[in-house]
Amino acid sequence: MRALLQRFSFLLMVLAAIGLMMMARVDPVFIDAARARVTDAFAPILGFIARPAGAVASVLESGRQLTALYAENQRLREDNERLRQWQQTALRLEAENNSLRGLLAYKPDPAASYITARVIADPGGAFVRTLVVMAGQRDGVRRGQAAMAGQGVIGRVVQVGEWSSRILLVTDLNARIPVVLETTRQRAMLSGDNSDQPRLMYIPRGVEPTVGERVFTSGHGGLFPAGLPVGIVAATHDGETRVTPIVDLSRIEYVQLVDFGIPGGLAAEAAQPGAMQ
Amino acid sequence: MAVGIWQRLDQAGRNSVPFSTTVAAMLVSMMPLQLPGYSFVAPPLTLMAIYYWAIYRPDLLKPYMAFGIGVLQDLLGGSPLGMSALVYVLGYWLVLTQRRYFLGNSFWFLWLGFALVAVGAGAVQWVAYSLMTMHLVGPGNVVAQALLAVVLFPVPAWCFSKLHRSLLS
Repeated sequence: MRALLQRFSFLLMVLAAIGLMMMARVDPVFIDAARARVTDAFAPILGFIARPAGAVASVLESGRQLTALYAENQRLREDNERLRQWQQTALRLEAENNSLRGLLAYKPDPAASYITARVIADPGGAFVRTLVVMAGQRDGVRRGQAAMAGQGVIGRVVQVGEWSSRILLVTDLNARIPVVLETTRQRAMLSGDNSDQPRLMYIPRGVEPTVGERVFTSGHGGLFPAGLPVGIVAATHDGETRVTPIVDLSRIEYVQLVDFGIPGGLAAEAAQPGAMQ
Repeated sequence: MAVGIWQRLDQAGRNSVPFSTTVAAMLVSMMPLQLPGYSFVAPPLTLMAIYYWAIYRPDLLKPYMAFGIGVLQDLLGGSPLGMSALVYVLGYWLVLTQRRYFLGNSFWFLWLGFALVAVGAGAVQWVAYSLMTMHLVGPGNVVAQALLAVVLFPVPAWCFSKLHRSLLS
């Protein structure tokens, strides 16, 4: 009798789990709210655990750097020289740009504001690529904002709690970013598939992306502003092009959530059916 | 009388060790370690904890607790809701039916049992995720994760057994 009851309770729980999976399909808004609440509740604990983890990581990192100190210095000195020249060029171009814009009465994009947040969890696993950061609604984070680290886009905000939020990385199966290729200005869709290198999709026949060219956000769909660097074309064969993200996604300590002041909330939702369920 | 209360509190604290270590294992497994390639194949510490306690103290880590921890992990980790819960309940069930083979034998049997559970869990997750997203996901990460979990199992198992012996015997 007891064994029967036990078996029955197990069966009930298995059905409950399957029921939850179905519910996430039927009412994703409610589930998202629940996720945000739970993440909020655990954010302080996760933030606490993440600190020693960060310390361990930085010790490992400094040990690794110590071995390559001399060569690194040499490289940096050369880099510095080269970059100084580039700075001169950039300043000259900026001045020229400004004066030309003045001539054309060009209306610039609204200025962006940044929210910097610490990464407190990287849930990992074989199926999702997300990060949890310590900033939420009260810090001005909104759903759909672009997330950047260093110089490139790493993903976008998919869930916002009161003081924590979740970022869907560009490598996740559900991530889709409209992009443009640097040299041909060809539009394409950068589509994650849980591997390290997302794929470029919807490239017309005959357009061959060159390995090493950069990929920028195109700004279509109103999700991201145009011109943010996302990655570098890594390889193409059999019509499949892979892109290496410009930021090393496994080493992100802080992210910048970017508010470009684009009223893109609705468009962002429409461009992402069924994301992060 | 006061002693009675303290004793009871102490006992309650000890009895909550399986549950709290499993939750702790879940939180620790979400630490951002910033090792390249690590988070894709991060060993499922939660599964290890559930496996260990389901064998040694199923009276203190009840099946519904495994279910609840699974739901919590899904909510917190961003994975499809119900997926981890399903895996943990099925894993618990498997362990319970085969418990007498794993228990009392050498550590090798415990390890072998976990290998079976880890591979089974990976397979269930893979099938569930592929069905839910209507997309055949490459099995590479799942296989790598299961292998790494099996290789690393002795380390968390040793920690759990230390806690088990010092607090619950």
